Amino acid sequence: MRAFSLGGLGRVYLVLVLLFLYCPIIVMAVMSFNESQFYTLPVKWSFKWYGALAGNERILSAAANSVGIAVLTTLIASVLGTAASLAFFRYRFRGREVMQLLLFPPIAIPWLITGTAMLLFFFWIGIGRGLHAMLLGHVALALPYVIIVTSARLKAYDPDLELAARSMGAPPWMVFRRVTLPFLAPGFLAAALFAFAVSFDQFVISYFLSVPGTSTLPVEIYTAIRKGFTPEINAISTIVIGFSMALLLGVARFYKFGGERK
Amino acid sequence: MTVISVEGVTKTFGSHDALTDLSVQFDDGGFYALLGPSGSGKTTLLRLIAGFEFPTSGRILFNGEHMEGLPAEKRDVGMMFQSYALFPNMSVFDNVAFGLTVRKLPAAEIRTRVAEALELVRLTGYDKRRPHELSGGQRQRVALARAIVFRPRVLLLDEPLSALDKALRLGMQVELRRIQRDVGITTIFVTHDQEEALTLADRVGVLRDGRLVQEGPPKQLYERPASAFTATFLGEANLFTGTAAEGRLALPDGTLLTPDRPAAPADTTCAVRPERVDILAPAEDPGARNVITGTVSEVIFAGTSLHYLVDWQGRSLKVTATNRGAEGAAAGETVRLAFAPRDTVLVTP
Repeated sequence: MRAFSLGGLGRVYLVLVLLFLYCPIIVMAVMSFNESQFYTLPVKWSFKWYGALAGNERILSAAANSVGIAVLTTLIASVLGTAASLAFFRYRFRGREVMQLLLFPPIAIPWLITGTAMLLFFFWIGIGRGLHAMLLGHVALALPYVIIVTSARLKAYDPDLELAARSMGAPPWMVFRRVTLPFLAPGFLAAALFAFAVSFDQFVISYFLSVPGTSTLPVEIYTAIRKGFTPEINAISTIVIGFSMALLLGVARFYKFGGERK
Repeated sequence: MTVISVEGVTKTFGSHDALTDLSVQFDDGGFYALLGPSGSGKTTLLRLIAGFEFPTSGRILFNGEHMEGLPAEKRDVGMMFQSYALFPNMSVFDNVAFGLTVRKLPAAEIRTRVAEALELVRLTGYDKRRPHELSGGQRQRVALARAIVFRPRVLLLDEPLSALDKALRLGMQVELRRIQRDVGITTIFVTHDQEEALTLADRVGVLRDGRLVQEGPPKQLYERPASAFTATFLGEANLFTGTAAEGRLALPDGTLLTPDRPAAPADTTCAVRPERVDILAPAEDPGARNVITGTVSEVIFAGTSLHYLVDWQGRSLKVTATNRGAEGAAAGETVRLAFAPRDTVLVTP
């Protein structure tokens, strides 16, 4: 496709779109450095709220829980989901199309409903609430995303690659490690990011499945806001934003999503 | 040095027989073409020899060793795929070296052998390129180098030239033949292109509906097809159907044809190649040749040759003549066609 040079008006439009995306976030980040807790201007720069955050055990432990669950969810969902995508790709079996179709509705079902259903189900079968229940819930939520993203990558996969490797004498595990996995890597990484985001962002399901005293960051932030807003929330949010952006930009630099690795 | 024997192999997918009781032997160092229309089972046979699929019944032997239960990675076969199947994440060097690194050869030997293989396919200096930086013909050479570098017992080629354009294809046919002779490896290739099969192979096997219908050197298959199917699939042929009469074939209009051998009572069909048919000059004596009379319906000029369509008994016969510059027959003209008994080949219908 030919790239046309963009006129001034078009550029203004794009800047507005990005502002629309980033304005609230920028304001929040700026206010996290403001000494006043009431959004007063001009900004008086200070690390006061970051200091306060360091002493806030509840938020820090919730943050640790969030990262822990997100990392575990990413590992479990990426591996299980990729294996499922490979099975869908490789084998023809009865009910394959129906099963593939059934991956989509969970994405559209409101999380509030999924969360309620999970809470009731987990109580009914004796799993109950807690971090383990949250992990189960997050993995279940992340799986469809992982399968869909890795399946998209597999669409461009030539199964003859594996046959070629086998004909040259490579046993199955080596075929997987040297041929299948390198091809899947960009899709696998994108899927892992999705899984991490689904888990790390998750509020509704975590809220339903947490027990008082042990929760994740979004739940803790919500609880804190209900009790009364403090700029510590701005501070932790700014840290989270910084962390997420660094992660995504870092990945985007090395991989073109959905396309060839450059 | 490998002789490959396929003995009574049947392969069933669900309720469909892809191959039925097929037996064939591939001689050591031979260049063998499996020719057939799509769905004839030729690719299935290749995949069974490669070890990607296993026969439902029957045996596959390499030098008398049973192979039918071994998976591909234990058979030592080199295979070149229609899509080339080069590993996109690896350089040319790593692609070619793959079979050697799998065999855990020392690095120095790997370098020497990869260099030799790349020289053989005339790609010296391309080591560091990625597959997407190569042209179609170069990719194919890499695929070939990769398939032979680890000195497999047999080389299998699946429609090796079909992805190339015509000019490149002719060049690669010559290359492929040269490399196969140099290496001396037993080679089996699958194609639906009859010209490619005739040009490249020492022996050709024609498959139809999962059965081997005929097998032999290209010239024999072309000159003496056993069936109407082989005659028409391998080149073009005019088929005549009649009844056997004292060793000859009586056509429905009363014409008697003398075939290549005395017709048995059960024989009903003979095949005649278009280029073996002459259009007689008005007063020319046909001698001992078979003669039929028809009307030219169309003359097609094709540079080196002229193709005539001649109406006879409501059918259109094909005649091909070399273009020698003389004025040929024109459309609408009534002509006598002559062909020798040795070119009138009895075939099964």
